[in-house]
Amino acid sequence: MSFLIDNFVELTVTGLVLGAVYGLVALGYTLVYGVLQLINFAHSEVWMFGSFAAVWVTVAIGLAPGSALPAVVGVLLLALLAAMAMSGGIALLLERVAYRRLIRLDAPRLVALISAIGASFALAELMGLRDRVAGWFGLEDTLAPYVSSARDNTRFRNPLDTEGVFTVGGYTVSNVDLIIIISALLMMVALDQFIRRTRTGSGIRAVAQDSEAAALMGVNRARVIRATFLVGGVMAGAAALLYLMRFGVTRWNAGFLLGVKAFTAAVLGGIGNVRGALLGGFILGLAENYGSALVGSQWRDVVAFLLLVVILLFRPTGLLGESLGRARA
Amino acid sequence: MTQGKASPETSPGVARSRAWGPRLGWDRGALARRVTRLPRSVKWALIGVLVVLLYALPLLELPIISTPDTDFGAVLFTVASYVLVALGLNIVLGYAGLLDLGYVGFYAVGAYTVAVLGSLQAQLSWWLLIPLAVIITTISGILLGAPTLRVRGDYLAIVTLGFGEIIRLTALNTEWLGAAKGITGVPRPPSVDLFELPHLEWEGATALIDLDDTTTFLSFGVADQAPYYWLALTVIFVVLGADRMMRLSRIGRAWEATREDEDAAELMGVPTFRFKLLAFATGAFIGGLSGALFASRQGFINPESFLLLLSILFLAAVVVGGAGNRYGVILGAIVVAYLPERFRGFEEWRLLVFGLALLLLANFRPQGLLPPRRARRAQAVDEQIDSMEEGKVRA
Repeated sequence: MSFLIDNFVELTVTGLVLGAVYGLVALGYTLVYGVLQLINFAHSEVWMFGSFAAVWVTVAIGLAPGSALPAVVGVLLLALLAAMAMSGGIALLLERVAYRRLIRLDAPRLVALISAIGASFALAELMGLRDRVAGWFGLEDTLAPYVSSARDNTRFRNPLDTEGVFTVGGYTVSNVDLIIIISALLMMVALDQFIRRTRTGSGIRAVAQDSEAAALMGVNRARVIRATFLVGGVMAGAAALLYLMRFGVTRWNAGFLLGVKAFTAAVLGGIGNVRGALLGGFILGLAENYGSALVGSQWRDVVAFLLLVVILLFRPTGLLGESLGRARA
Repeated sequence: MTQGKASPETSPGVARSRAWGPRLGWDRGALARRVTRLPRSVKWALIGVLVVLLYALPLLELPIISTPDTDFGAVLFTVASYVLVALGLNIVLGYAGLLDLGYVGFYAVGAYTVAVLGSLQAQLSWWLLIPLAVIITTISGILLGAPTLRVRGDYLAIVTLGFGEIIRLTALNTEWLGAAKGITGVPRPPSVDLFELPHLEWEGATALIDLDDTTTFLSFGVADQAPYYWLALTVIFVVLGADRMMRLSRIGRAWEATREDEDAAELMGVPTFRFKLLAFATGAFIGGLSGALFASRQGFINPESFLLLLSILFLAAVVVGGAGNRYGVILGAIVVAYLPERFRGFEEWRLLVFGLALLLLANFRPQGLLPPRRARRAQAVDEQIDSMEEGKVRA
């Protein structure tokens, strides 16, 4: 207990950082669920591919430590773009390969879940075997910095040096902490406005509310679904870079646990609800940190799942309710 | 089994559904009819031959299906335990329509009961452990189901997933349960060494009896895994019988009604919550039994044996085979458990191939390999209604 009180600020800040990442990944689950009522199991792999894209960009540019600020910002922006593009692309690929046919056939939702699980396995393994895949083309030497030791942890060397910005209650909040929390909030606001104000956004809401009526009103359902996957993927790409800036390591199967946590966050906030995703993410991140301070860090995941179970029992539609379709314009 | 007597060919919708059925290149309806028409004695003889063949499988060492890279008896046991788990999950998912992503939790409870009470904390006899494991798992199923089954569809999936993980993490972090290092010396089933059974040896297409390679009948040791397979196979037959009886009884109809439309079922006087709980408990029963068998075969368990991934493989087995059809589910379990073992030579690639196979199966065989007959009927009726609505045919 005293450990919790002594380190309260640190636990809160790191909890919020983790929660921001959970929230951004949770968006992908929430959007797809809102529109299709499907659990996009492979979304974790979308995030994982984005994280590798970010790593590869920093490896390719290879900025010396302590470079000038504009160069650092440039590299980070490039990594962000690469991660977003990669994740968005993988999300679109998923929609094409794992979902489109099943949506057209109006297959049972469980089958779509299996299809997504299959895609998730295949994508994760593909990343874990990237040295072998490069070997097919005789490129394993040329691409060695990108593909070697494919099954091990891949380190991300953050070009931005971590510096303390200000100290509260004995914990020095770093620039990276601030960047992560603020950019997650900004992206969430931007997405919220996108869903509320733009044409595509109202298309997404219309399909979420009643897909048949939306189709009758001239909404192109296929296009809306693609847009949903793309937006979710892009957010996951951004989350991947933010995650790497703080935690610095990714690997081929890192997506799984993060995906489960992010999905938990989405359910916690009310799946299908964009604002709920961020709220759920923050609450989950904080609860994990406080909980592991109270009962020991080995119980971290148990705390997360227990929280989920308890909330669902008392508030079966999540904290903010499921309301992608009902969000007001 | 009256499928053949009606003449569904007269209605265009059903005729069209035929075209959908035999995409694998064979007309299952015709095969089923031909088997149904056989005299009863021949049918029983056929079933008998099949059963004997299944029991003899580890001794036959058939050239193509035997696994070159691992002990075939062990592979067969793995397949059999997957089949058992899939039968249990099929009751929860296929019959009652409850998506359970934490099924491995029950498997773990069964295995841990045997391990903890048989080795770590007490040394009970194996004959006592198995019933105890099953009872404890069933109770855990009821305890878990009572609060969670009120939660709707997809949330149930994530809540059960959470519980599965909680069970594993609790085992991982509790010293009393062996923590991360696991539990060794799990009691094996008591052996009664009766006689030796020789294996076959194949040279091309000719089979020779290999008297050097023998299996002692009912000696549950470490080296030869065939007796465990026989044990599991026997359990499967018992479970299959019980499954069939339940399915055809009032309980089975209540599950079907609940799955199809919970509100309508409730209005018709089906106490849906109690039947859902019953399905959950029955599923837990079978899952726990399977876990208990797994632990007593393995002799050693640790939390790594019960990863969430396993739940997903079980789920894949049920859905790939065709949720709701017990034979389909068995086929699915065989596909999911056997193929990765058969192709262990391609160790690195097998999960990639497995993922792609799941993806393809889901997309091109969305009903499962062997869909339940009801699903096929429903599909035929749907197509008939569609074609009537479009005005292509008159009713």
